[in-house]
Amino acid sequence: MTAISAKARERALYLISPIVLLAIWQALLMLGIGDRRFIPAPTDIAVRFWLLIENGELALHTGATLWRVFAGFFVGCIPAVAVGLLMAMFKPVRIFVDPLIAAIFPIPKIALMPLLLLAFGFGDASKIALVAIAVFFPVVVNTYTGANNIEKIYWDVAKNYGASQSVMFTRIVFFGALPTIFAGLRIALAVSFIVLVASEFVASKVGIGYMIWNSWELLQVDIMFVGIVTIGVLGLITSVLFQEVERKVIPWKAE
Amino acid sequence: MVADRRGAAVEIAALRKEYVSAAGRVVAIDHIDLTVAPGEFLCIVGPSGCGKSTLLRILAGLDTQSSGTIAVDSAGWPVENAMVFQESGLFPWMSVAKNVGFGLMTRGVADREADERIDAALKLVGLTKFRNHYPHQLSGGMRQRSAIARAFVTDPGMLLMDEPFAALDAQNRVILQAELVRIWEQTGKTVIYVTHSIEEALLLGDRTVVMTAQPGRIKRIIDVPFPHPRNLITLSASAEFGQMKLDIWRVLEEEVMRARAEEEG
Repeated sequence: MTAISAKARERALYLISPIVLLAIWQALLMLGIGDRRFIPAPTDIAVRFWLLIENGELALHTGATLWRVFAGFFVGCIPAVAVGLLMAMFKPVRIFVDPLIAAIFPIPKIALMPLLLLAFGFGDASKIALVAIAVFFPVVVNTYTGANNIEKIYWDVAKNYGASQSVMFTRIVFFGALPTIFAGLRIALAVSFIVLVASEFVASKVGIGYMIWNSWELLQVDIMFVGIVTIGVLGLITSVLFQEVERKVIPWKAE
Repeated sequence: MVADRRGAAVEIAALRKEYVSAAGRVVAIDHIDLTVAPGEFLCIVGPSGCGKSTLLRILAGLDTQSSGTIAVDSAGWPVENAMVFQESGLFPWMSVAKNVGFGLMTRGVADREADERIDAALKLVGLTKFRNHYPHQLSGGMRQRSAIARAFVTDPGMLLMDEPFAALDAQNRVILQAELVRIWEQTGKTVIYVTHSIEEALLLGDRTVVMTAQPGRIKRIIDVPFPHPRNLITLSASAEFGQMKLDIWRVLEEEVMRARAEEEG
């Protein structure tokens, strides 16, 4: 009836589909359909989840993964924003960078992992570098697009009111592109988890990706599921936090 | 009170602007000779596409002429000109105060002095309470007022206005026109005001320049005899005003028809 109850109902509906799915899953296994050794029930996964939290193993792997994601995210995104803005402001930069982006963007970044292992070794650096490279491209393209599509009137106003190149860059182009930059950062966040977990499968002794792959080799299917769920939860939490940051940083975006 | 007329003086001679496009050469304006006296409020009317905005953009330094000269004497003014655009052109990512102070920031005016001048400008347009709002929180009329404050705050010798009230509703337009005339009467700056409305040109200006359809040339310059300070409402209801409006419409009509005939080929 009221707006609040409509919203609450919507939110409840939102939860129904995953709950129903889990209930069916649980019921089928309890009825003896499916082999519980290969397909653990949601309750089995929950128990294992709890055990891994208790013995600290999950925290260890989660910590390693998060550190690599965030380090790689920042190392990749900051130069990407700078390069994207420079491309929009200076044509020679665009002409120079465009073919490189066109050539490197479509390469599956995980294909670079052996190369990065050679360059940076088996430690965190190679994984961070992989994430940085993977996030660079969506962010640079979005930044350039955003800066390039700033309405002409803002350039006119800035010019008529005496803006120098540096004012143009820091007060007009950057902020004008910010909503589009954030769309790119959001994609980059998801991409960073995707490439990092893949790289942890093969090139790490710690991290959620390692945990998943190792449990596959040992046929500990419940741990595998714990790893998968953890990645999902991490993605959800970072995405919500990201939205909060976006709201703070772009207060002029109409509510 | 009407201030001394002491704005910038402008001397335009043989101004011509042509664009080269895929369709060939387009002459936007041609043979523009015009003298604007210090503190004059000059309105320019003409059919759409007559190049009146082009002329304004050249004066604003946003475009360059193909030939001809413009000499602006703005000695004694910190800034030669400031433009008010049809769409306010406020930066959505800056508060009203930051927007209004933009032309001070770019010119390195110290924060304290800038703050005082921003306050004064906001007071002038009645937006003191909206200092910290963002443009999307303002109505169209308030946005245009902020844009006017942004222009006045830099203390330019000349204001360039490109159909600044065209996008507003009729009531807001009347209110803002009256405010503009009041502010202009107080400051005595030179104003060059582009509009497609004859009524607006007569209400606001000292002289009205009527331009021809493309290529834009000056068809006639009409002196507007109504003294300042003006009451726009009573003025617009007077018989003399109505007669002048009709006279100018007859001049303009030919050009509008010619522009239409050319469009229809």
